[in-house]
Amino acid sequence: MLSRVADSLYWMSRYLERAENTVRQLDVTMNLMLDTGPDQLEARWLRMVAGLGKQVGMVWNGSLEDMAYNMVFDSSEPASVIYCVNGARENARQVREEISTEQWQRLNRLFHHINSPQAQDQFRADASELMASIVDGMYLFKGTTDTTMIHGQGWQFIRLGRYLERAYATATLLEVNQPQLFQPSADERSEYSYLELVGLLRSCTSFEAYCQVYTADLSPDRVLEFLLLNRDFPHAIRYCIDGAHEATDAIQRSGGRRSPDELTASIGRLHAMLGFTSIREVLHGDPAAFLHAIREQCLHIHELIYRHYVQYSIQSALAV
Amino acid sequence: MNAAHSTELDALFGNYPLDQAFDEMRRRDGELRPQYRALAETLAGLPADELHRRKQSADLSFLTQGITFTVYGRDEGTERIFPYDLLPRIVTAQEWERIEKGLTQRITALNLFLRDVYSDAKILADHVIPRDLVYSCKHYRRPMKGLQVPRNVYVGVVGSDLLRLNTGEFVVLEDNLRVPSGVSYMLTNRRVMKRTFPQLFNSYGVRPVEHYPQLLLATLRSLAPEGRPEPNIVLLTPGVFNSAYFEHTYLARQMGIDLVEGRDLVTHDNIVYMRTTDGLKRVDVIYRRVDDDFSDPLIFRSDSSLGCAGLFNAYRAGNVTVSNAFGTGLADDKAIYAYVPRMIKYYLDEDPILNNVETFLLGEDKERRHVLANLDKLVVKAVGESGGYGMLIGPHSTAKQREEFARAIEANPRNYIAQPTLDFSRAPCFIGDKLEPRHVDLRPYILYGDKINIVPGGLTRVALERGSLVVNSSQGGGSKDTWVLDS
Repeated sequence: MLSRVADSLYWMSRYLERAENTVRQLDVTMNLMLDTGPDQLEARWLRMVAGLGKQVGMVWNGSLEDMAYNMVFDSSEPASVIYCVNGARENARQVREEISTEQWQRLNRLFHHINSPQAQDQFRADASELMASIVDGMYLFKGTTDTTMIHGQGWQFIRLGRYLERAYATATLLEVNQPQLFQPSADERSEYSYLELVGLLRSCTSFEAYCQVYTADLSPDRVLEFLLLNRDFPHAIRYCIDGAHEATDAIQRSGGRRSPDELTASIGRLHAMLGFTSIREVLHGDPAAFLHAIREQCLHIHELIYRHYVQYSIQSALAV
Repeated sequence: MNAAHSTELDALFGNYPLDQAFDEMRRRDGELRPQYRALAETLAGLPADELHRRKQSADLSFLTQGITFTVYGRDEGTERIFPYDLLPRIVTAQEWERIEKGLTQRITALNLFLRDVYSDAKILADHVIPRDLVYSCKHYRRPMKGLQVPRNVYVGVVGSDLLRLNTGEFVVLEDNLRVPSGVSYMLTNRRVMKRTFPQLFNSYGVRPVEHYPQLLLATLRSLAPEGRPEPNIVLLTPGVFNSAYFEHTYLARQMGIDLVEGRDLVTHDNIVYMRTTDGLKRVDVIYRRVDDDFSDPLIFRSDSSLGCAGLFNAYRAGNVTVSNAFGTGLADDKAIYAYVPRMIKYYLDEDPILNNVETFLLGEDKERRHVLANLDKLVVKAVGESGGYGMLIGPHSTAKQREEFARAIEANPRNYIAQPTLDFSRAPCFIGDKLEPRHVDLRPYILYGDKINIVPGGLTRVALERGSLVVNSSQGGGSKDTWVLDS
């Protein structure tokens, strides 16, 4: 497949995953802030922004509704949901011939939905419902992708983008939130930290899944274990890396003229690290550093994908 | 038709004017033309708001399908749906037969002309066409001289614009031999139409157009360089900001070929490759939707990055087929157009089946004087322009515009032609909640590979503004589905 097309599919998928993550975290945070004292609002908001991986932008202006509104609809803000949806659609438009008509129509409908004035009205009236409808649109797209697209290289690049983005986002979220998890400040009462833990799980749609594995008995260690090392839950980092590993494998097998040794090694290493680590070892060491290392490796893998599949030099390709 | 229907039809028609212009649906006395009777009955039988509902559902379907075009000169990425009229334009089997024969004859002659001009130039030596008219054409490409083109086919894809005069006769207004567009609207209009009026469509016996992508692919394959039995065929697009981008993606998908941009291509040793995730892959046939000027910065415009450096040399070496060939714009130059009937006579020794519109060449003193004296009655066009740009429509112009054109003509007479203002045919369109007449043309698509194929129908373009004569989508035109009947 064309390198440019692979690149666009990969980014289309990353953008959508990012938008979905932002919507979910925003929804959870708005909900949590109902229980937050007025003096804590700004800190809580900033923690969410940091959890989305944003250092700058989104300066707190005192009104949660305004901030949330911008987070969804401000198309000049790269962290906003609308920016990501537009980015995904723009990428899809550039590879319109690669994706199925059904996929395109779902994505296009989502794009027109979030860009319509009605969506803004609906947000003012019931933000949660609007956000749910956006997430629905994304689920529809993902389902359509899996059922109407050939599961060839293009589909694998979509998976690769989805899983790398999700692994990176979950690692960021955990890294930002882990100080609060393990050292709750003295004045925080226990029901607050319970809510925070539920919020963290909800940010990854994993509250119910967690309960199935550990019952509703929430503890920071287990939450971290679940989101980091669970093998079967699609939002756990380990699951995502397994998925990305499979996708790169499949891409490599479907081509076969050149083998991406460095990429195989890097993703294999991360895959093995998550597969053969226990939560005790992580907690015993430095969890923040562990999470940070995962993020660094995700970035490195992203670069290697580019170097091998998208921006390779002509000389190296002719030599084969 | 029963009496109840006829009152409803009267309501729908309102005060629909009929005058000397040819109306596609009704004769001058108001009687429906036979091929439109069943359509009119269906319309009359529908509840008042049903047409509206169907129209809205069709519009929405265009929007979610992303069947849009980009408007130049506005915010980047302004997308509009191509306005679409619910009522089909119906062409009878007899009318179509004549069009098909006429176009086949015409395209054969035009292709022979290109081959001749870019090789021996006999037609110039025989003084049938003035030499300076050809060599002063801005679409004449000197690098094409003496270059052997696969199967001697210069124009793989043509879209010719036809008008119907008030005598009912179809004439050719212009030929588009460079990168004609709009065929995707022909195909999507048909799809929407079948959904909007399924029973009606079924009862009419309309000849299908859906196989166009397959025919196009076969045409491109037949033009592949020799010794490449399984050619890698690609569609070259200028990219997502081009107004016809939707069409490029649509055709690539329907044909199952890769849609490439210039930046996807590299040449090495006169072979064109595309960059894939599995390394470089050789390209054999390029269906080119990028203008000559932007195709190869080494030969044409050096400031363009839309094409691929080295493409022309690979083409010259015979390692890749580019369709349409470079330099075909010569034959759709509006001044050369005036000579097409003479070309047909010269190369085929036949009389033209489809006539030209009367055309004044402003390079000739007598004709220029006549035109300058009658600017308010004529249409003046710049020869190298398309898309309805660079045009003066005399009767609708201001004195100031006429003065500007007169000055431009004096300065560069070769650059303009003039034609009488044509009262071409009108078809009923659903506007508001009534039928109103709007001017329409017809662009059939002609494919030229191992033989000439024309899908029955084409794109009927509509000038959506009342009284307007400009049908181009870039100038506020819309379209209709075109039904060519079986018998």
